Amino acid sequence: MEVYQFLVQNWAETLKLAWQHAWVVAIAVAIAIATGVPIGIWITFNRKAADIVLYLAGIMMTIPSIALFGIMIPILSMIGYGVGVVPAIVALVLYSQLPIIRNTYAAIKNVDPNIIDAGLGMGMTRMQVLFKVQVPMALSVIFAGVRVAVVMSIGIGAIAAYIGAGGLGHYIFMGISQTYDTMIQAGALTVAIMAIVVDYVFGLIENRLVSKGLREG
Amino acid sequence: MIELERVTKIYPGSEVPAVDSVNLNIAEGDICILIGSSGCGKTTLMRMMNRLEPITSGFIRIGGESIMDKDVTALRRSIGYAIQQIGLFPHMTVYDNIATVPHLLGWDKKRIDERVDELLNMVQLPPDIFRFRYPRELSGGQAQRIGVTRAMATDPPVMLMDEPFGAIDPINREVLQDEFLKIQEKLKKTIVFVTHDIHEAIKMGDKIALLDAGQLVQYGTPEELLTQPKNRFVKDFVGADRALKRLNLLKVRDAMLTNPTHCHGEDPSETILEHMIENELSYLLVADREDNLKGYVNLEELQGHHGNVRDVVRPMTLTVKPEQNLKDALSKMLSYDLGIVVAMDDDGKIAGVLNSRTLVSVVGETYDERGGHWGRITTKGRII
Repeated sequence: MEVYQFLVQNWAETLKLAWQHAWVVAIAVAIAIATGVPIGIWITFNRKAADIVLYLAGIMMTIPSIALFGIMIPILSMIGYGVGVVPAIVALVLYSQLPIIRNTYAAIKNVDPNIIDAGLGMGMTRMQVLFKVQVPMALSVIFAGVRVAVVMSIGIGAIAAYIGAGGLGHYIFMGISQTYDTMIQAGALTVAIMAIVVDYVFGLIENRLVSKGLREG
Repeated sequence: MIELERVTKIYPGSEVPAVDSVNLNIAEGDICILIGSSGCGKTTLMRMMNRLEPITSGFIRIGGESIMDKDVTALRRSIGYAIQQIGLFPHMTVYDNIATVPHLLGWDKKRIDERVDELLNMVQLPPDIFRFRYPRELSGGQAQRIGVTRAMATDPPVMLMDEPFGAIDPINREVLQDEFLKIQEKLKKTIVFVTHDIHEAIKMGDKIALLDAGQLVQYGTPEELLTQPKNRFVKDFVGADRALKRLNLLKVRDAMLTNPTHCHGEDPSETILEHMIENELSYLLVADREDNLKGYVNLEELQGHHGNVRDVVRPMTLTVKPEQNLKDALSKMLSYDLGIVVAMDDDGKIAGVLNSRTLVSVVGETYDERGGHWGRITTKGRII
């Protein structure tokens, strides 16, 4: 109840923080998709590259998020972006790579070789098989990876407040330093709601994009 | 239509050729079966024809042109290609699956629409119901039909089919095979058909190429493989029951005796009985004036019977058509203890009769017209 009152009283600020938060996550995920999906597709052609890329992306996930934000600061301050939105976005992009690349790679790889064979045998080029057969068939698994990346980014994005990127994490950190429980709860609750809503919206988009022929039952 | 000259395939890192210097000439309009146990190179050989497998050495010509001279995608688009049911694109509707190659060739929508409908009608899947279904909404048999239809979409003169009926249960497979043969009779495509099922090979093939360890062991008509196996391997492969397999090849028409002895329903029983005793017949066919089969009478029931034959006639419901194969005839024959089966033409008239003796002699090549006591057929036409 107190949380509700807090949010009503501070609605303008909450919206501002939510907007900042969403914006950082949106840019990060957009970049992550634009890089992760092509990388995931590319490594299906190259076994060795696949091993290396998946290994590196795996290592990235093991770095504690707060440490990764910290590491960003000295590296990016070399080009004048030590704190703020830029290191936050870079960190989130790196985190998002693993679920997106791994799902893209696995989904494309898992397309039944007989179906690829049928496509080639009928005279599709390798690229036509990739984009008319493999990618559409892999789409729902790729989407699952993107959804994981988005939800994760919204969560980890809260920590970005620590390096001055703003967002709903601001309430959490402020609440901790002021031992103001309601503020912490307000921050956590809004982050969770944002994650649920965005995941749901992505689910709707997925339903539109993935062929009915691939749906279960 | 398709000529193979010393075609060889050696996979990298392997010393034994997967396909070893195969020469083969496939005539236009023929179904050529490539058969052999798994690993014999039959699929590899077929896949070299549309360059899905690179050829190590040798030449393949289709319609007189070397396949190496053509652009690889253009070559493949000009050849129908059907594989087991799983080759359908699950994310595409039946329409889009069939339209794959027409799309690649840039046909306009109207032409594709017409072609899809025409093909669906050909395989008896009403377009209004099936056009926009997805593969997962089809039964195995329906999916298989679509797979074959897709290969025919642009009406290619040559088709490659890799066990197209492999994933189907035996009963449906028979139906699909018959349907396919009917279509082929009209379209007269040149078809290369891979299977490991000798029954399918004998049924479908105009020619059969039997491969073993990459080498062509024998190439000939099904009849030739069954009656003149070149060596022990062929003999074993076509099986010890190859005499029985010939039953699949031969039609009732080839073996039946025409104008069998029969009587009419209104004939007096006494006269007929006399005739039967005289000729040692234990049964006699009964027809009406138009030669339509009414059934048969047997000796015991005629004995002591006064009146017309029609009062003691027994019905005979299981009959065959002259164009059915002898295997069907044999199974129907076994349903009666008469040892015969009657062939009726399409308007119900008696076309001829088969007995077990003729069947045995046809497959065994020694032909003897006289049957035994049971199953004996005389060909005198109507008695009185």
